[in-house]
Amino acid sequence: MNARINPIVMPKWGLSMAEGKVTGWLVRPGAKITAGDEILEVETDKIAGVVEAGEAGTLRRVLGEPQTVYPVKALIGVIADDDVPDAEIDAFVAAYAVPAEEGEDAAEAGPRYEFVETPAGRLRYARRGEGEDTVLLIHGFGGDLDNWLFNIDALGAAATVYALDLPGHGQSEKALGDPSLPGLATAVLGFMDALGIARAHLVGHSMGGALAQRVAVDAPSRVASIALIASAGLGPEINGDYIAGFVSAAGRRELKPVLEHLFHDPSTVTRQLVDDVLKYKRIDGVDTALRALADGLFPDGRQASQLADRTRAAGTRTLVVFGEGDRIIPAAHAQALADTAQVHVLPEAGHMVQMEKAGRVNELLLKHIAG
Amino acid sequence: MGRKISYKQAINEALDLEMRRDPTVIVLGEDIVGGAGAPGEADAWGGVLGVTKGLHAKHGDRLMDTPLSESAYIGAAIGAAACGMRPVAELMFLDFMGVCFDQILNQAAKFKYMFGGKAKTPVVIRAMVGAGFRAAAQHSQMLTPLFTHVPGLKVVCPSNAYDAKGLLIQAIRDDDPVIFCEHKALYGHECDVPEEAYAIPFAEANVAREGKDVTIVGYGLTVHRALAAAEDLARRGGIEAEVIDLRTLSPMDWDTVIESVEATGRLVVVDEANPRCSIASDVAAYVTQHAFGALKAAPQMVTAPHTPVPFSPVLEDLYIPSADAVSAAVSRITAKALAA
Repeated sequence: MNARINPIVMPKWGLSMAEGKVTGWLVRPGAKITAGDEILEVETDKIAGVVEAGEAGTLRRVLGEPQTVYPVKALIGVIADDDVPDAEIDAFVAAYAVPAEEGEDAAEAGPRYEFVETPAGRLRYARRGEGEDTVLLIHGFGGDLDNWLFNIDALGAAATVYALDLPGHGQSEKALGDPSLPGLATAVLGFMDALGIARAHLVGHSMGGALAQRVAVDAPSRVASIALIASAGLGPEINGDYIAGFVSAAGRRELKPVLEHLFHDPSTVTRQLVDDVLKYKRIDGVDTALRALADGLFPDGRQASQLADRTRAAGTRTLVVFGEGDRIIPAAHAQALADTAQVHVLPEAGHMVQMEKAGRVNELLLKHIAG
Repeated sequence: MGRKISYKQAINEALDLEMRRDPTVIVLGEDIVGGAGAPGEADAWGGVLGVTKGLHAKHGDRLMDTPLSESAYIGAAIGAAACGMRPVAELMFLDFMGVCFDQILNQAAKFKYMFGGKAKTPVVIRAMVGAGFRAAAQHSQMLTPLFTHVPGLKVVCPSNAYDAKGLLIQAIRDDDPVIFCEHKALYGHECDVPEEAYAIPFAEANVAREGKDVTIVGYGLTVHRALAAAEDLARRGGIEAEVIDLRTLSPMDWDTVIESVEATGRLVVVDEANPRCSIASDVAAYVTQHAFGALKAAPQMVTAPHTPVPFSPVLEDLYIPSADAVSAAVSRITAKALAA
């Protein structure tokens, strides 16, 4: 292995991903690459995403053909310094073998989700990493733990990371005992109790951000820090048409344009993504849960709870990240805690900023968690 | 999702969940209770292939064994539906529908229309369809077109376990009579299925594979043949086929079919029914009428031959449309020759 040659491989986004399709390169062969640059687009059976360069150098080989499917970890490009001879790169490419899945057979591995009984019912969660710090990822309205597809493994390298499906969401209990922000905050604390998590860094997206703030206000001793990604609870405005459209959409044609509001690049919304959301929405109890949450948290297209003052008063260390092009919650809300929090508004990103700018968000989160 | 169950288990689970949810749901059929309590039988047989096995133990008298008299118990199920129950009648093989067709065609399908919408018949008639089971001409037919032809009936034919559960739940909750066709060759097919109840609305086709060169339409078992053909076409000829699973034949999701053909310009319909007046001929005619301008070539039909299902295993295997036949139909209407 030549340490000066850096392979670009088909990424693995989530445990269920076995292959991905190269949909296009964003840089040309010979381009100078900086670590973190977006270099190509990949589509999986779940979602389309961007692969970022892990190392700096020159893009010396482009091996992944557009519209072609490759297994996870297949070599699709090579980055190396200019002075590395072509022959060495050719030899590297020729000798490259796709590494086998670690541990059990890939087909059997599947998504390793777990379930836990809590006072709010049976909740699904995923766990990664073994680090000393504990991180709890809390998704938004209508989402699930797969919203952290591009983040959970990166954070797992530095901490013990949990991502849960909130009550009413994903594969968790669909009946909501208390469809309010305090009710959901109690459910999150119940989840932490059930798993013996004494204290955690809470990372919340959208409604999950409001929840993280509420938990920090209600139980500050349980919260090491909060990271608010495109967070609710920082101002009154919210895209009421999105909320109403998401709740009422019953078919693919209605749902797709609604979901496109979530992303800076609407083409991120694949047919499979729409189908997966539809499958969730069609489970008994989901419609009732979503309507109850929408009525309680976002009545008349406004946010019922603004928590910035109480969050500031709680004194919890806070990171705020928004996508500049957020069409669900105005990116201007990021400034609500600008006096006490680290605030970053990322360009070319929408409401799902943790997916669209995963590399940058992961970097910010890792730094934030490390304190 | 992470939990795989079979098509057969999915149907069983749908019945179980709906019987738990709604006390008006009852199940009738031959041998669905038979065997219960007999020596060596801890449970009922659960019908001829055991699809309803276990339900009698859970729901007792709400499962009823019927005599070998389809006209009687299908009529009873329709009558019960008209009186406020939600019966699910298991007819074993759809081929046996002939003796009770009057109850279905002239009664169940018509009540809503004849009584100004004041009567409804929320009955589901489940039955096995399709060849490949060495069950010969009277137990192997794909009679879906017969029922699709009748206004007032809804006709469903799922291709996988996820759809089987969601469509059967929708069928039970639907206020109209539904003919629910289960391809016997798919009973062992497994895929991810949520534990909870969920309903898939009718008239929503599923795009099982995306492609830009040709649209292949199928339902039931033929979806799997179409998908195999699509993989073969992509590998050998670089042809990207879009595969549409109709899921429900009445009502039909014409929008998805037309949208796809408008994008690809080519249509192949795969149907295990006999070719004349089939689902294949229906789809081909509809697309020709409504998207003629988009077509780059004549639509192709890949169907069973116009014969009864043969008893000879060799001939029966030839009877069902194969993936090779689908690939050949695609190659007839594309400029690209397939590699050997």
